[in-house]
Amino acid sequence: MTQLKIGFPRTLFYFLYYPFWYTFFTELGCEVVTSLPTTKYSLDLGVEETVNDACLPIKLYHGHVAELKEQVDVLFMPRMVKVRKMETEVFCPKFLGLPDMVRNSIADLPRIIDEKVDLSKGLFPKWDLCRKVAEQLEKRGFIVWQAYRQAQKCQDKFKQYLVQGIEVQEAIDAVIEGRICHESKQFTTDIDLAILGYPYLIYDSFVNVGLFEKLGHMGIKPWTVEMVPPHRLEAQAKYLPKSLFWYFSNRTIRATFYYLHEKKVDGIVHVTAFGCGPDAMVDKLMELEAKHSGPIPFLTLSLDEQTGEAGIFTRIEAFVDMLRLRRKNDENIFSHHG
Amino acid sequence: MKISFPIMGNSYLAFKQLVKDIGHEPIVAPLPTARTMSLGTMYAPEFACIPFKIMLGTYLEAIEKGAEVIVASGGHGPCRAGYYGVLHQKIIQDLGYDTKIIVFDSIAKTYKEFISKLKWLLKTGQTSWWQFLKAFRPAWAKLKALDEIEILSYHVRPYEINTGETTRVYRKCLQLMDEPITPSDIKEAGEVCVQMLRNIPQDKSRKPLKIGIIGEIYVLIEPFANLDIQATLGEMGVYTERAMHLFHWIKENTKLSRHEKKVIKLAQPYLRQMIGGHGINSIGETVMFAERGFDGVIQLAPFSCIPEIVAKGILPQVSHDQEISVMTIFLDEMMGKAGMQTRLEAFVDLLLQRREHRLAEAL
Ligand code: SF4
Ligand code: SF4
Repeated sequence: MTQLKIGFPRTLFYFLYYPFWYTFFTELGCEVVTSLPTTKYSLDLGVEETVNDACLPIKLYHGHVAELKEQVDVLFMPRMVKVRKMETEVFCPKFLGLPDMVRNSIADLPRIIDEKVDLSKGLFPKWDLCRKVAEQLEKRGFIVWQAYRQAQKCQDKFKQYLVQGIEVQEAIDAVIEGRICHESKQFTTDIDLAILGYPYLIYDSFVNVGLFEKLGHMGIKPWTVEMVPPHRLEAQAKYLPKSLFWYFSNRTIRATFYYLHEKKVDGIVHVTAFGCGPDAMVDKLMELEAKHSGPIPFLTLSLDEQTGEAGIFTRIEAFVDMLRLRRKNDENIFSHHG
Repeated sequence: MKISFPIMGNSYLAFKQLVKDIGHEPIVAPLPTARTMSLGTMYAPEFACIPFKIMLGTYLEAIEKGAEVIVASGGHGPCRAGYYGVLHQKIIQDLGYDTKIIVFDSIAKTYKEFISKLKWLLKTGQTSWWQFLKAFRPAWAKLKALDEIEILSYHVRPYEINTGETTRVYRKCLQLMDEPITPSDIKEAGEVCVQMLRNIPQDKSRKPLKIGIIGEIYVLIEPFANLDIQATLGEMGVYTERAMHLFHWIKENTKLSRHEKKVIKLAQPYLRQMIGGHGINSIGETVMFAERGFDGVIQLAPFSCIPEIVAKGILPQVSHDQEISVMTIFLDEMMGKAGMQTRLEAFVDLLLQRREHRLAEAL
């Protein structure tokens, strides 16, 4: 029997949830096919298929789907709604409507599984979700349970790696190949910089033009949202009178508080997509908070299809130079008075 | 206390009365102008939606007039509007003002807070609960009458013989509606206004094009934000209806009306998820306008508006299936009246051609 091929676009939720779904589908006897890492080609495809007012990540998603559609039997395009028990926390409305957008703008799509991911209700929401997805593949019973358990194990391992600061693609590859992670290359660093934003911007090396590698060479230690210990991340909720409505946004703003008040980095860079709705609010909150905590230097990097490597790096370099200068001045003041 | 509130269409007349009736001094911010817009744009994040910017500008202008408290409505997502209040407050504070923004979120979800905020407002205004309930009726009646008058003006305008007359009469109506205080006076004034609008000389032999206006609620309701699109179209001889009016919206916000349920059902084949704002309405209303035989639909969306961008991605399919022309206008601080006029004229020309084409085919 030939294996059923399930397509998983290598963007958006890929960076946080792929290990889970890869394991789950593989254990069920399917073959999981991902699109290639983002390139100029995915972008061009995406721009062709999407409303031109959409943000870069949504365009990229369309591009990845367009690339995959002829290679697979089924497209897995979960409708991400809620991933925890909070009444008012959902994903960005563009995620909520994503399957509908894709369906109505890309022609000749294969079968789609767009099960709603809502983990806010029921006793075992994740298991219920897996059961429903498996059902659409006509799999039932114990094998589904086993696949679910296995997937969960794999995902837990993956999360651990992230907290340890293992590079995301390496962590994904390691857990699905069942091997030990290679340690990331070690650089000597003198500056701690929080690089905050949504996983699909931060971890896609086409989108961020190889940011992390280059930061290492510049002597900068990057800190991300995923590197905040989970319980510390949630503890930061107290700093806002009202939580934001979007899961990734809450993670980003809470990480900001963490790096400002607990971990105390030298500076914060917010990586955002040009025209991103939620980030209009998140960015302002971050800016004000950084201003009133010290101030800690804050830089917004807004990415769109025109942002070139050069543009990003001149800005980062200038920012880092400023940080180093600041430190030197501080030390001078210190030695003069101390 | 000096209390202000956001400006949204003509509703300020009703809110002004309500604030006065619960024992406070209403501060009505100037109706939004280019200055409001540039104030808002200056201090708001670049990609904040237009309603956020205009409201911020309005608040700053209200503060200039001495507002100590600003009362606004809130929300719980999934779109940004529910978070406006928090961020507005932070920005205003950062600018060094101590004006407080009191946000009323849904009473069902934040019952205790809702009541304590209300209590505070009443206590500082030395108003009893009984007086408060009594104050509610006239404000409600005014809101309703204002909606009716506005809707009628859109019905009359495409038939007016002297271009611009409806707009003049409508302005007079707003002045008239500002005065009455008791429910019966309000009713009477409302009737006078209706009569005034009906008396406008009209040419009933015209067969105006019919265009439905859909989109995000604030830009639908506030004429400054939509560059007065309905009056403009009316004077071009087009009959318009828009998906939402404030009075109905407040009613619908308390529970899903039959109309809204139907709209959501009509949207189902295209969009199966509530996506916040009025994204799903935009889809369903388009289907509904098509079924009612409208010639076209215009989607009004603030630049960077999340749900309307999703809706826009889906509308081409709806337009194709339902055979109705749809045009989307994204509104931002750069958009001018002239640009809008040109786009509207082009769209109207297109619709006229289609109609002729269809008539010729039918013969
Ligand atoms: S959160 Fe921002 S970047 Fe992500 S999908 Fe929504 S609008 Fe786009
Ligand atoms: S619906 Fe549009 S205008 Fe309203 S809050 Fe959301 S993004 Fe802003």
